[in-house]
Amino acid sequence: MKILATLAVFLLSVAFTLRPSEMYVFASGQAVPENLSEWGFFAGKLADQKPIDGVLPYRLNTPLFSDYAEKLRFVKLPAGQAVPYNPDDVLAFPVGTVLIKTFYFPTDFRDATKGRRLVETRLLVHETNGWKALEYVWNTDQTDAVLEVAGEQTEVAYLDGEGNAHRQTYVMPNLNQCKGCHNRSEKLMPIGPSARQLNGKLAYASGPENQLTHWQKHGLLTNLPALTDRPKTPVWNDATTGTLDTRARAWLDINCAHCHRPDGPASTSGLNLRYNETNPTAWGILKTPVAAGRGSGGRQYDITPGKPDESILVYRLESTDPGIMMPEVARKVTHREGVTLVREWIRGLKAE
Amino acid sequence: MKTLFALLFSCCLLSLTAQAQSGVQKAIQKQLILTEDGETIQLDAGTFTFTGSLSLEDKKNIVIRGQGMDKTVLSFKGQTDGAEGLRVSNGQNIIIENLTIQDTKGDCIKTMNVNGITFRNVKVEWTGTPGPDNGSYGLYPVQCQNVLIEDCVAIGASDAGIYVGQSKNIIVRRCEAYHNVAGIEIENSLMADVYENNAHENTGGILVFDLPDLVQKRGGNVRVYKNQIRNNNFDNFAPKGNIVAGVMAGTGVLILATNEVEIFENQIINNKSIGTGIISYYFTERPIADTAYYPYPTKINIHDNTYQRERGYPSRKGRMGLIFRFKLKFGKNVPDIIWDGITDEKYARPATMDICLRNNAGATFANMDAANNFKKISRNVTAQDCTLQPLTDTKLTLK
Repeated sequence: MKILATLAVFLLSVAFTLRPSEMYVFASGQAVPENLSEWGFFAGKLADQKPIDGVLPYRLNTPLFSDYAEKLRFVKLPAGQAVPYNPDDVLAFPVGTVLIKTFYFPTDFRDATKGRRLVETRLLVHETNGWKALEYVWNTDQTDAVLEVAGEQTEVAYLDGEGNAHRQTYVMPNLNQCKGCHNRSEKLMPIGPSARQLNGKLAYASGPENQLTHWQKHGLLTNLPALTDRPKTPVWNDATTGTLDTRARAWLDINCAHCHRPDGPASTSGLNLRYNETNPTAWGILKTPVAAGRGSGGRQYDITPGKPDESILVYRLESTDPGIMMPEVARKVTHREGVTLVREWIRGLKAE
Repeated sequence: MKTLFALLFSCCLLSLTAQAQSGVQKAIQKQLILTEDGETIQLDAGTFTFTGSLSLEDKKNIVIRGQGMDKTVLSFKGQTDGAEGLRVSNGQNIIIENLTIQDTKGDCIKTMNVNGITFRNVKVEWTGTPGPDNGSYGLYPVQCQNVLIEDCVAIGASDAGIYVGQSKNIIVRRCEAYHNVAGIEIENSLMADVYENNAHENTGGILVFDLPDLVQKRGGNVRVYKNQIRNNNFDNFAPKGNIVAGVMAGTGVLILATNEVEIFENQIINNKSIGTGIISYYFTERPIADTAYYPYPTKINIHDNTYQRERGYPSRKGRMGLIFRFKLKFGKNVPDIIWDGITDEKYARPATMDICLRNNAGATFANMDAANNFKKISRNVTAQDCTLQPLTDTKLTLK
């Protein structure tokens, strides 16, 4: 009982020290909408996620793994504005852009008609003083999603592509954790939508079309080179889109390189998993760990060529222990297919 | 009936506690997010359990203050989310004081890209028998500037209790570190004063390391003085693969490939294997691919320390144990200060590498001649009898 009593006192004092208004505000001083519906991105039933004109769906060739959640992505550019093409990095979206990403679990991955459960919608809003992340958690009635500064946790259940039943904890980030990944030289930044990731087809209402071409046609993208001159991230699990090497590097790039890059929060490790890093030591070959602790799993090198079972990289991708696993947040289960790809790739690497 | 009642009661108590605890976590995390620059976050006395990391981002002039070490205890036993206990990034003038953080999965407190970070009267510990499942670092400022760590206690880290990495302008003073693999470690860091600490019963007491392949390439101007460095004979329990897993039990002070290090007026007592070691990165037998990395220790000034050890064998464990038994063969007559003797012919004074030893009470010495398979081990210190200009003291810019 004593514990409970001190706890109550503690809670009380925490509540007390919080300011009376807990409003989360934009840099402009304007309050952030409490509900996703207030943004007006969607027409009709919010859970149907039917975007209004000016809110454009998009997809990435090789997306970040998020505990098997499926994602719906949308971009809303400020009226009349476009983004300039660049071949390497995330597109430089103008101030006023909002990136919208809704995470959901189908009831049955084999059959979309069996319904789905939306769990969260994340917004990245480009304000005058930089990007801001917002987290909206879907209510149980699936009527709206509510702003949740401190994150949330829930349990999800689904049948996977083979019909196996899964039940797992699903964690939604607090706003600080957003920056844990969306961090470029300590500035919050989008990760996914680069030209090379967008260079692929999407089924629009008007029919399937290359996304970059579609964006250009609708005045959203400028300086776009011819289709053949556009670099393309391969689809990690589609061998027709790239070699084992480029697909594995693409998977590592989107899943790891938001931190493991010279201007990212894991730069301290010296490990750079960008797809275009050319120094083998920097992307892990015979590189000794720096501050891995028990994350090393007793292995000597990040990558031991030819030997996935002697590579720290694989050990940390397979683990779900928070003191060991990578990425260190936003993952509760192992991406089995992704790990298989990385294993295969390491097995094929030759020791110099 | 009575047992049933008791059972029911304890069930309710447990579930109530679980709910309320998550409330505490959410409340504190929310406060850490919404707090405005210049505010103080007060934490009450008591033990509070958290299942996920707490974090503070992009803030200035924040104080996180408990009611005292061992009075405000944040326990992360059974942590399920995030590796650290508390993580602070991209801040200025952050003070963390008067609290204890326990049993995190990874590091207890990690701070990154903070200019002005103070840890004062903070205990970081892993309870229970020290083992490889403990987290890596207790206090872990990395890529920070103006770091002050004072009157802190670190216990049970499977890497370093107090670890300052890739940082600049650092003071670590009046701290106690024990039952860690490394008590206090300064790595790839510039301008550090480590003084009046008590590092005892670790595997290695105080380490000064420079490693390759890192963003901040070189450390240096590190002064270690007036410390008590005793009985650091704890068996190494670091997970293999980590650099500290190679530290020999019984190490007082170890300098690895760092330049400009001054070790003086310390009491280096009863560390059974290596009172003070000076080694190059080659001695670790790890590959070096980083062309910007300089693997030799140079300008090492060790003077006016007191050495003492009971006559006896060094540790027999690990690679170093084998080297001691089959190559160095010192028996029970173990030298207090050893140098691997690996030299850089391109250095201005390759014979000595500017490693100077003078006026160390009770100290004996050996040059291991490791580059020549330990053929000409020398216990003659004459070549090393020199002194260097004292290093400048570290000045912090703190608000």
